[in-house]
Amino acid sequence: MPDLIPLLSQILNGLLAGSYYLMIALGLSMIFSLGGIVNLAHGAFYAIGAYLAVTLAERIGFGGALVASPLIVALIGMVVERYLLRRFYNADPILGLLLTFGLAMVTEQTLRILYGAAPIPFSIPQELRGQVFLGDFVYSRYRLITLGITAVAVLGLWILLTKTAFGKVVRAGVQNPDMVGALGISLKPYMTAVVMIGVGLAALAGVLIAPIAGVHPAMGQEIITFAFVVVVIGGLGSFWGVVAAAAIVGMTRGVAAHFYPAATEASVYLLMVLVLLTRPRGLFGERIQKFE
Amino acid sequence: MPLDKSLSRRTLIKASAGAAALGTLGAPAISYAQADAIKIGHITPRTGFLGPLGEYAAQAAQLAAEEINAAGGIMGRRLELILDDSPNPQQASAKAERLVQRDKIVALLGEISSASALAIAQVVQREKVLFINTGANSDALRGSDCQRFMFHIEAQNSMYVKAVGRSLIRDGLVSGKKWYSLTADYAFGHDLLNVAKRYMAANGGNHAGDDLIPTDLADFSPFLLKIRQARPDVVCLNLAGTQITNFLKQYAEFGLTFPVAGFGFDTALAWGAGRGNFGGTWPVVWHHLIDTPGSKAFVAGFQRKWNRMPENQAWGDYCSMKVVAQAIAETKSTDGMKIVEHFEKGAKFDLLKTREGYFRAKDHQMMMEMYAITALPAAQIRNQYDIYTSSPPVPAANESLEVIAATDDENKCTFRA
Repeated sequence: MPDLIPLLSQILNGLLAGSYYLMIALGLSMIFSLGGIVNLAHGAFYAIGAYLAVTLAERIGFGGALVASPLIVALIGMVVERYLLRRFYNADPILGLLLTFGLAMVTEQTLRILYGAAPIPFSIPQELRGQVFLGDFVYSRYRLITLGITAVAVLGLWILLTKTAFGKVVRAGVQNPDMVGALGISLKPYMTAVVMIGVGLAALAGVLIAPIAGVHPAMGQEIITFAFVVVVIGGLGSFWGVVAAAAIVGMTRGVAAHFYPAATEASVYLLMVLVLLTRPRGLFGERIQKFE
Repeated sequence: MPLDKSLSRRTLIKASAGAAALGTLGAPAISYAQADAIKIGHITPRTGFLGPLGEYAAQAAQLAAEEINAAGGIMGRRLELILDDSPNPQQASAKAERLVQRDKIVALLGEISSASALAIAQVVQREKVLFINTGANSDALRGSDCQRFMFHIEAQNSMYVKAVGRSLIRDGLVSGKKWYSLTADYAFGHDLLNVAKRYMAANGGNHAGDDLIPTDLADFSPFLLKIRQARPDVVCLNLAGTQITNFLKQYAEFGLTFPVAGFGFDTALAWGAGRGNFGGTWPVVWHHLIDTPGSKAFVAGFQRKWNRMPENQAWGDYCSMKVVAQAIAETKSTDGMKIVEHFEKGAKFDLLKTREGYFRAKDHQMMMEMYAITALPAAQIRNQYDIYTSSPPVPAANESLEVIAATDDENKCTFRA
């Protein structure tokens, strides 16, 4: 069965590549589920994370940037939530859309003014370079490391949302914000925390991707559409739905690259259409009262 | 307080479309009004995967205009540059029309996307305004789609392929060898793939396969796996824009060692890949290490004004601005047809290289020297810009400049009246 090996390696590679969308999609999903804000600026935070990584790595090394960049972006997220997003939680959703659309554009142009439109040079640190062989399948050592970091981040988020008091309030707030309010709990600080975690994860993804893809001002909008597709396919409110969708999207790309390369990106949208036709709430989407 | 009724999960789906729209908005035209000035329009992509190159193009056009005005303008009149951007062919066409009809420009320069250049060509032909294409490579623009009012300072795909092809033949990578290609999935890439196939077949190369790459693709890993399985003797790239940066970084990341060659290239994309990631042999119309007084002055001027190194796209827009200014002065006219005829008579222009260039009358392609650059080993790289060595000019000093251009059999242009 030698013909199957190339296809299998594409599927395996796709599964691994899906993790890039995952960290961005999880934050998007959380912010939408709790606040009802469709954060079109999520890709902008991812791009800021990558640019900060380039700037910080010169001074504190890649490891330092990996920690510092998401923290700084989370602080930016806090300011954005406090002074901008907060005004739009109960407003017509189109306003939140316009606000974050504008934020995305302002951020992209600011990066262009500060750093120029050309990609800025950044490489994998020497000690993380190399390849791993699994029979005929070759994989980059760096990508395995990023996969490990993603897994830890995702697992940590899951524990936070399901095993802690914080997570209980957030999940209750998603399903029934009025009842949470009636119990005397203000969702405001939780929303701030959710935005900080969401954009911090996006920045972490930005740092991890900076060494292997071009660091340029439009990198945010390159990834944001895919992240949306992952959320839509996975279904709102479902943590593991988003995880599964990221893996399925990655595999679909791999299969398309094998059989019909020109449709590598288009295949993902086709998948989304098929999922929406058969399961309008997404694969594992929950019925969330306020969105019905 | 309950959330607004209109908020639903459908909002999210609609928002996905909004996210896709993020990349499609253009910027407004920037113009600096001047009474009795000679107006020249400049249009080029400023966003998307060609955006990084468009920035060099616009900066170079501004530098050239500034130099021309500092030297007294054109026939004593100031040159007024109107900059605009072209995110896609529809907008390129609409904006070209607006520049001509509303701003009354006497010439239009720019463009990088072959698809947009094709759209602009139809506008300038209808409006009888000169257009110099500074960055679109498709042979079809100089062949089946050629127009009398469109000239090309950017080299055509045939010139790129033949310029780098000489280096590949010298290195024994063509005859009897297996080549695998990745091709940008739009007008430019398709055209380049055809030209490359013709050249490689004529010189005894065997095509092992081609993958069409979507222009917005950032993760090349599926294709790196395919290349590895195909085990080619050389990987040839018909990519464009940030695709090249992403490919270079990930090719190094996956540790593939098949020799790499490109049939189209922009230096900024290799600079953006980072140390130790640039490899292979690539063709360029110009590069910053060319040892002529003109190139040295251009490099110094660009660095002074923009605080960074100019690359080949900057060269095209800088030189075409100078070419138009010179042609207006020589013909003492801003009439589009007069300038077209002047070019067609074989007027010579300094292109900052060793030999002067001229537009070939039969297809309006600039005849000029090109170069093949080869990546330096990582240990020999001293700074972020000097990362390659260059071949001598192609064609060589004793050859006609036309030997690398497409022949009539390969690409024929018939101008319609």
